[in-house]
Order: sequence, then C-alpha cells, then structure tokens
Amino acid sequence: MEKNHVANAVKAMVIGGSAGSLQVLFNLLPLLQNHLPFAMILVLHRRHSADSSLSELLSTKTLLPTCEVEDKDRILPGHIYLAPADYHLLIEKDESFSLDYSEKINFSRPSIDVTFESAAEVYGPSLVAMLLSGANEDGTKGLSLVKKAGGTTIVQNPETAQMPYMPHHAMMHTVIDHVLDVRQMSHYINNLR
Amino acid sequence: MIEDEDVELLLNDLVDIYGYDFTSYSKASLKRRIVRLVSIDKFPSFAEFRYKLRTDENYLKRFVEEITVNVTEMFRDPSFYKSLRDDILPVLGTKPFIRIWHAGCSTGEEVYSMAILLKEAGLLRKSLLYATDLNPSVLEKVRKGIFPLQQMKQYSESYIESGGLKDFSEYYTAHYGQAKFEKELSEKIIISTHNLVSDSSFNEFDLILCRNVLIYFDKDLQDRVLKLFDASLGTLGYLALGTKETLKFSVIQNKFKQLNREKIWKKIM
Repeated sequence: MEKNHVANAVKAMVIGGSAGSLQVLFNLLPLLQNHLPFAMILVLHRRHSADSSLSELLSTKTLLPTCEVEDKDRILPGHIYLAPADYHLLIEKDESFSLDYSEKINFSRPSIDVTFESAAEVYGPSLVAMLLSGANEDGTKGLSLVKKAGGTTIVQNPETAQMPYMPHHAMMHTVIDHVLDVRQMSHYINNLR
Repeated sequence: MIEDEDVELLLNDLVDIYGYDFTSYSKASLKRRIVRLVSIDKFPSFAEFRYKLRTDENYLKRFVEEITVNVTEMFRDPSFYKSLRDDILPVLGTKPFIRIWHAGCSTGEEVYSMAILLKEAGLLRKSLLYATDLNPSVLEKVRKGIFPLQQMKQYSESYIESGGLKDFSEYYTAHYGQAKFEKELSEKIIISTHNLVSDSSFNEFDLILCRNVLIYFDKDLQDRVLKLFDASLGTLGYLALGTKETLKFSVIQNKFKQLNREKIWKKIM
C-alpha cells in the first residue's frame, strides 16, 4: 500500500464482479468517503433485462455521483461509472469511454477482462483493479495485464465471497497484491491517493 | 504487443491503397479487434500482418469483415420497437410514401424487424427500406433474409415484448437450422454498400436508424455522420440511435428534440 502513496497517484479503480458481487458493493459503497480523487469504474455481469435501474440502486448507497456509462462520456475523478448491460466498456487514451457490441468474451458482455485490459493500457501504474465474487473465469486475464502494466491487483477474500471461484481463480493464475474483505477494502480505498 | 503507432501505419496503408478509412474509429475497440485478428490468423509478427494486408486484396476483404462488428439481433431493446410501433409509425402512416434508411445495417436483423412492424401497421406497401453497410458480404445476408433458427426463440420473445400480437413463426419458414423470412418483407428492402466515413447523402428520408454504429467512431467522425443524417432527413423526420448513444453535445443537438426515454429524436428545424 505504501508504494501507491509514493510512486503513482491513482487515476482510476476498476472493479469487476459477477454472481454475489452486488451485495459486496452495497456493503462497500456506504463505507467510502464522499470525495475520491480518482474515478471508480464498475463492470458487473448481470441479466440483460436488468437494464438501467442498477445504477439508481447503487446511487442510493453513496454520495459519490453514480451513473451508467453512455458512449464517449468523459471519465472524471470522484465519480462512479457502471458499465451498461450488454456492451463491452473500453477506455480511450483521452480518458473517455467507448462502448462496443462485439462478441461475448467468456460468455459475458460486458466482459471484465476487456475493461481491465483497456484500463491497464491507458492508466498503467496509476490503476487499481479489484475482482469480487463470481462463478466464472472472467477477470483473471485482465488482472494479469493490469499487473504487467504496473498496476495494483486486488481480489475479494474468497472466504468472504458468496461465489469464491472468480477471486480464487485469479489468485491461482496471476500475482495478486492484496486479498481483502469488505472492511479492509473500504480502508484501502479511502487511503488511496 | 502491438503499438498504437503500428495501428496508425496500418490504417494509413488502407486509406492510401484501398480508400478504406478507419482512421477516425474509436481506437480502443479497433485495436482490440486488430490484435484479435492477428492472433486468430496466427501471424508471427505485426509486420507480416501489415504486408499481407498491403498486398492481398482478398485478405483486405477478410480484414473489413472481421474488424467491423457484425453482431446484431431482431427486435433488440423491445421498448425501442414498442415506441416505433406506438409513436412513430402512426405519424409516418399519414404520409403518401415512407422512406426509411438503416445505416450500418450489418446482417439486417433490424431491417427485417422494421419490415414486420410496417406490415403489421398496414404500411409496408407504401414503404421502402434502404439497407446500407460498408461491408458487401454482410449485405448478401440481408438480401437472402436467412437467419439462424436457434435465435428465433429469443427473437420471438423480444417481438412479443415489443407489442407483437402474431405468432412470430408466421414470418419465416424453417429449413435445416435456418429461418428464411417471407419474400413480402424482403421485396421492400433496397440494399446497397454505403460507407458512412466517405460517402454522402443519397436521398431524403422520414426515418433513419443507425443503432450501435456510432459507438465505433470517435467524436469528430460522429459529428460528421450526424451532419450527414441531418442532411438526409426531411423536416419532422426521425433519427433513432442505440440505447447508449446520444445527440447530447453533438453539432446537430439543437435541431432535434428527443421524443421520450427511447433514443429517438425528431428533427424540428
């Protein structure tokens, strides 16, 4: 954690999650301070039909401005962005979003790997990526690319995950900097600079 | 690892040699698809990929097919189609003749969805649907009107959700895992290649649909294409975009008024 304070100011945090991850966010968001100096980008697997009410639901848990991404939205610090259902979410060099409706990856659209990879390329060492509960392999490849680009990797402690497979799979296949439960996550995030 | 500079060189080649201009596409998505293609086709280096593309026109065809995203479906976003049924078609129905442009139609699932709506509104007879895409091979699929049968269950559900009252299977005949849509629908579809980057306006339309195409363009190209749409729409014509696309902050924003929660705008000046 010290290294983040000294070396690279965090510009973005990407969080990926699948089954069981929503509850984690509901518990985590109220614990965050009301001003974060970086953008928080959420990529969650969800049913297509769940459409746009999820961002409204999340926004009831935090005072940070929360919205579902529209194409070419600018990425601003202190905001929480949610990947829209059924699109891949990519990040451009000029720190704006673009959407993509190409094939599903790992049976998923949005794919966590796609966003993590794209974020790693843009933010490099200024990125923190965190993978939550889930029952598939999406996110592992993305985390390894974040690590390769010099970013920080975190997984939810599998013992606290409703579906431990996803964070566990990432731990087995790539280098993870921190394994955290919800309270530790909030402490870690609130101290990021 | 493919560098951004490599991608730029490649895109400049395509303009110089073939006149295909992808330089204003959204970089993140374009690069991802190029990386994917280099890996699928097992090129040992980017230089060899670039050489193949420069020298082999057949490979260019494959490149265009693989780089442009051709994932689409019938009655995608049923509430959008419901709004077309309830809010747009009754207005268009008062006209003696209806011209609709599906820009970047890909394999045509949305064009057939629209033809079905028009038929059910009793308007198909006096309508023409222009289906265009830059990729000639997908247009062949539009012409045939044949789609995988395994998708029909989901399409049927979306159709019902959009307010459809018929048995969806009335519209196609099933054969060897394929669904062929009835001829009456395809007879009203005019198919042509059109590149939104380089080609100009070719008619005046009452409704233009361009859904999930602009997401692949950068902001400047989006503005250029939106101006093209503006120039191709009659007064009080409608423009329909994908659910996460917007006219907000665009150059034509003030000439259009959003109709409702769906991404449909009316041209007011």
